[in-house]
Amino acid sequence: MISQIFSLAFLAQTIRITVPYSLASLGGVYSERGGVVNIALEGIILNGAFCATVGTYYTGSALFGVICGIAGGLLTALIHAVVSIHIKADQIISGIAINLFAVGITKFVLEILFHSSSNSDRIPGLPHIHLGFIENQPDVARLLGNPLVLLTIIIVIASQFIIFKTRFGLRLRAVGENPEAADTVGISVTLYRYYGVLISGVLAGLAGAWLAFDQHSFTDGMSAGRGYIALAAMIVGKWNPLGAAAACLLFGFAESLQIQLQGAGLPTQFIQMIPYVATIIVLAGFIGKAVAPGADGVPYEKEK
Amino acid sequence: MPYAIELLNITKRFARTVANDNVTLRVQSGSIHALVGENGAGKTTLMETLYGLYQPDAGKIRIHEKEVSIRTPHDSITLGIGMVHQHFMLVPPLTVLENIVLGAETTSHALLDLRKTTAEISELASRFGLSVPLTEKVENIGVGTQQRVEILKAIYRKADILVLDEPTAVLTPQESVQLFRILSELKEEGKTIVLITHKLNEVMAISDHVSVMRKGKIVGEVETARTTPQDLAQMMVGRPVLLRVEKGEKKPGGPMLVVNDVSYVDRRGIGVLKNLSVEIASGEILGIAGVEGNGQSQLAECIAGLLKPTSGSITIDGIQIVGLTAHEVFARGLAHVPEDRIKRGLVIDMNIKENMILGMHAQQRFSSRLALNRKAITENARLLITKFDVRPMDPEAIARGLSGGNQQKVIIARELSRNAQVIVASQPTRGVDIGGIEFIHRTLVQARDSGKAVLLVSADLNEILSLSDRIAVMYGGRIVKVFPDNKVEESELGLYMTGSKGNAAQEAQGD
Repeated sequence: MISQIFSLAFLAQTIRITVPYSLASLGGVYSERGGVVNIALEGIILNGAFCATVGTYYTGSALFGVICGIAGGLLTALIHAVVSIHIKADQIISGIAINLFAVGITKFVLEILFHSSSNSDRIPGLPHIHLGFIENQPDVARLLGNPLVLLTIIIVIASQFIIFKTRFGLRLRAVGENPEAADTVGISVTLYRYYGVLISGVLAGLAGAWLAFDQHSFTDGMSAGRGYIALAAMIVGKWNPLGAAAACLLFGFAESLQIQLQGAGLPTQFIQMIPYVATIIVLAGFIGKAVAPGADGVPYEKEK
Repeated sequence: MPYAIELLNITKRFARTVANDNVTLRVQSGSIHALVGENGAGKTTLMETLYGLYQPDAGKIRIHEKEVSIRTPHDSITLGIGMVHQHFMLVPPLTVLENIVLGAETTSHALLDLRKTTAEISELASRFGLSVPLTEKVENIGVGTQQRVEILKAIYRKADILVLDEPTAVLTPQESVQLFRILSELKEEGKTIVLITHKLNEVMAISDHVSVMRKGKIVGEVETARTTPQDLAQMMVGRPVLLRVEKGEKKPGGPMLVVNDVSYVDRRGIGVLKNLSVEIASGEILGIAGVEGNGQSQLAECIAGLLKPTSGSITIDGIQIVGLTAHEVFARGLAHVPEDRIKRGLVIDMNIKENMILGMHAQQRFSSRLALNRKAITENARLLITKFDVRPMDPEAIARGLSGGNQQKVIIARELSRNAQVIVASQPTRGVDIGGIEFIHRTLVQARDSGKAVLLVSADLNEILSLSDRIAVMYGGRIVKVFPDNKVEESELGLYMTGSKGNAAQEAQGD
């Protein structure tokens, strides 16, 4: 039974779940490292998924769809950035508003374009790169050869360097930890906070695009709480790109375990608990105290 | 000599107040210029305007005899101006090195080139005697080191004008001496230094010129060699000030606070207090002198019930207080003016009237069964505000917005209004201006005259010498010497404080 569960198909399932979590979670890292709490990730994912679907549906081009998904995420994040950074409104409220707005607007346009309140028409999936090996397992080969999977891995590793080894990352962290200090050495707090939030828009938009291509359509409310889980993973990962991605992998693993075990005769209520119990154990047992960036969620007032 | 800085007719208004009112200040190139004045006189605002953090409503700025427009700190850094703010502008989780280069990073292929920078900074550091651990995180280093990081930050940006805002407020006497050596070095190198302070001995010791500010205006400008602390104090406050404390003979009663054989081992297993015994009688002030970090803070906190001694006993008027909560200790007659007024003395985002009843909020006069008695609380605040001269005189004012001196007055007002028998005052005048210090000192002497036992912990030897009836010196968690009066030379105290005297005998006896 064990070998049945931990098969290549199980691996594929885990990756499928982990990719959008990771992208959104990294988005959270960029935004919060810069000092802006971004619970709007949920809405950004949803809008990204919708835009990717529409873009692909009307052009037939998956690449154009991905670009549309990113653009949708970017625009949604821009709303959050303006409200949080310029207007200095409460970032949680802005995030909730955006999430509610995303649910409404996608449903509204879905009706107009596809005459359905639940899902869009079918779109093609992403083309995949032929890897040469495991071609006898077409599903797995298609997944591992998926350009977005490869891109996600690259983004995770690159982000670790960007946040900790580059000038941009140093400044972004400074702005999120102590914006006053950054300001006094001539760094524009506003500019770097915009960068952080907008990058989170790109990444969460990409996460949305993944969901759309994975399901070959847009369905109403398809982000299904992934933005919030991504935020939880970001915290478990202590606001580090590698940590956040590892936490996402853990969540992805627990979730696919849950899916696999559903046919195994155990009470479903217990099985459904797995991802959450895993989270609690990891949080309580192994991670230790996760400390948020010092000025996370606090608007920067220049003249007090 | 040419001027490095000329601030001409600067006016800066905030919502309700005029912080700088037509201020003109000229600083000669290559000199150390002291800018003195009480808290709230507008010194910091003026310098932050120079640094580009504020835009003046009127006036001109000239740097090295050229008119300039400074809109952001970026502009002022480009002009060679560096500022060490009173509250350090460092990013705690970043390393010292990262903090120094932040905003002026050297990169190669988009990555930070920290190796090249390290060499450059180490060279600067050794040239000016600014030793800092470059790879340590700022959150793990002491305030004295943090200040050196701030100075290095400015020098690394090639600042030739350096503004320091109350740099010694957080330093021990030893660290201050070291800082002044560094400032002299910098002056030797031709840098221009503006020193904001309200400590007149510092002004006399190191500056070439002094400008005095009061209520947003410059009220005097003199060569340091041609003035006296007395004159400066009068200019600052606007009336004659007593720099010495006036107090009569002590009339001590019986022992009130008795600390007997107290030891305290901290969480890391280090013995911070070692078999310490001390007695304070009612009607006397016992001053505890010592270099910070020798257990003074822990002694005060053990007495206040904030720490539990590992062994030993502490009694107030014969009643054992070890093991009681802070609240219960208060009820047994203790008042505590904590060392860290922001963290422990106040709830910083509450207003004055609320802060003035902390710990007494449950008393019948301030609360009925269900709700607080707002009228009584406001009345209490009005009374104390008047008696202790707190500014602003508004019970609703939020503590965060008050100057350090006024925050301290709120705490002292509250603690003395408890009518306690024992007063533990830790660093009661740190960061407080001259007028405030005079008032706080007078208040403590009055408390002693009315029969209270006062334990004064201070890093300021002047304060210890002028207020205390007896002086105890702490070193390495022990009291190494008790002087029966305050007729001691500073240098003599220094020998005991640094362990050069008195310790060997104790070691032999104690361990």
